[in-house]
Amino acid sequence: MSFLLAQIELRDRTGGTDSCVLENGFCPTWIRENLSEYVEPTQRHLELVVSSVALGFAIAFLLALLAHRRRFLVGPITGATGVLYTIPSLALFALLLPITGFGFLPALLALSGYNLLVIFRNVMAGLDNVPAEAKDAALGMGLTENQVLRRVELPLAIPEIVAGLRIATTTTVGLAALAFIAGAGGLGGQILTDPNFKSNIVVAGGLCVVMAILLDLLLVVAERVASPWKRATA
Amino acid sequence: MILGALDQFQDGLRFLFESRDSVAGGVQVGGSELLPLLGEHMKVTLYGTVLATLLAVPLAIFLAHTGRGAFAASSVANVGRAVPSIAVVLFFSAYLGFGVTNLVFGLTLLAIPPIFTNTFVGIRQVDTDVVDAARGQGLSGLQIVTKVELPLSLPLIFGGIRTSFVNVVATATLGPLVGVVTLGDPILSPGVYGAAGQLGTAILIAVIAVAGELVFAGIQRAATPKGIRRSDPGRARRLGRRAQLRASSV
Repeated sequence: MSFLLAQIELRDRTGGTDSCVLENGFCPTWIRENLSEYVEPTQRHLELVVSSVALGFAIAFLLALLAHRRRFLVGPITGATGVLYTIPSLALFALLLPITGFGFLPALLALSGYNLLVIFRNVMAGLDNVPAEAKDAALGMGLTENQVLRRVELPLAIPEIVAGLRIATTTTVGLAALAFIAGAGGLGGQILTDPNFKSNIVVAGGLCVVMAILLDLLLVVAERVASPWKRATA
Repeated sequence: MILGALDQFQDGLRFLFESRDSVAGGVQVGGSELLPLLGEHMKVTLYGTVLATLLAVPLAIFLAHTGRGAFAASSVANVGRAVPSIAVVLFFSAYLGFGVTNLVFGLTLLAIPPIFTNTFVGIRQVDTDVVDAARGQGLSGLQIVTKVELPLSLPLIFGGIRTSFVNVVATATLGPLVGVVTLGDPILSPGVYGAAGQLGTAILIAVIAVAGELVFAGIQRAATPKGIRRSDPGRARRLGRRAQLRASSV
């Protein structure tokens, strides 16, 4: 038996006289009465996901722009972010603890680290897929390299960029559930307050899935808003 | 502060090679005491990955070959990513009880989506001209699968197994939560193993994951049929990237 279980202070299940709760079943009544317990962890989880996807995107986007101009950087950046991506999250949180201490910071750093590879790869692919004719035409009209990047290449790369963001977001929702080890709370921490109670696992896990689906939809809508020329043809 | 962190990392590494008293005393931890944990970890990882491969590959080949289930495949892959591994592992143990079997069950479920998606995409991306040529030469449906589609998609299939293996190594660290004492125990219980135990084991698990990734990358390269091993590395890289991208966006 694990040492851990002995250490977790099991919270008294409110409504403990309910036979469903006593028998550790799936209890709609208990869930309805205790839903407020999940508000704070859900907010915390959302904060973790949004901030780490944003930070990961900012870094990966800059790296991609850099590698777009200096192609020799593509290999090293892919390799380095790939190694980061491979390190198991629970281990990475633990590895950051001596440097950052407990809390939001190690969780933010680790989770953003996981986003780098996917976003970098997709931004690069988006930029690479821009037709050479479009760039030539823009240069011929007298646009500078930077103008071509901003007005032609990046807008045309939006589908791939958003595809990367969608993968990164859903993945991060799942990974953030392990941020409890860094002391960052979230829905994973909520699961561990009563790790063997079915209703608790289902509600906390379900909230993660719902959060991922909603954020995914949001990104799909954002993509349509950001590329109006597609709507015209659709 | 940097020096303090370095000391801690050094102590963490020492934990891997020499056993010591647990924090509360009385029990030896670390060093050779880690071997049973390592064995248990690798055992559940292998079971989970192998089972997932045996289940996902044939199913994906069937669906991709017959052209059915593209939508289902993409939904499973998308939602699958968001389900927290900890919820899956605890869910099955809450219903079926603690123990190795139920942990392996959860790990298998988590390992299926990447293998399934990659196999599916691998079969679908085989050039239709090649399949037509094979059919024109009189190959039966089964022969097309085994002699054309499967060999041509092996690189992607092994890519999927590689992703799943790394995921399963990571998720097996949650074993102690369901009564299976894997390498996750020192990470989850620093109160027993000490901060050095937590850190040292984290380093060990990171090394195992990266090593596994490298081994599978080697297997993946060896499994690539000569015909699609491009002599022009630039072209191969572009093709590989496009296939990978498609696999990840399905």
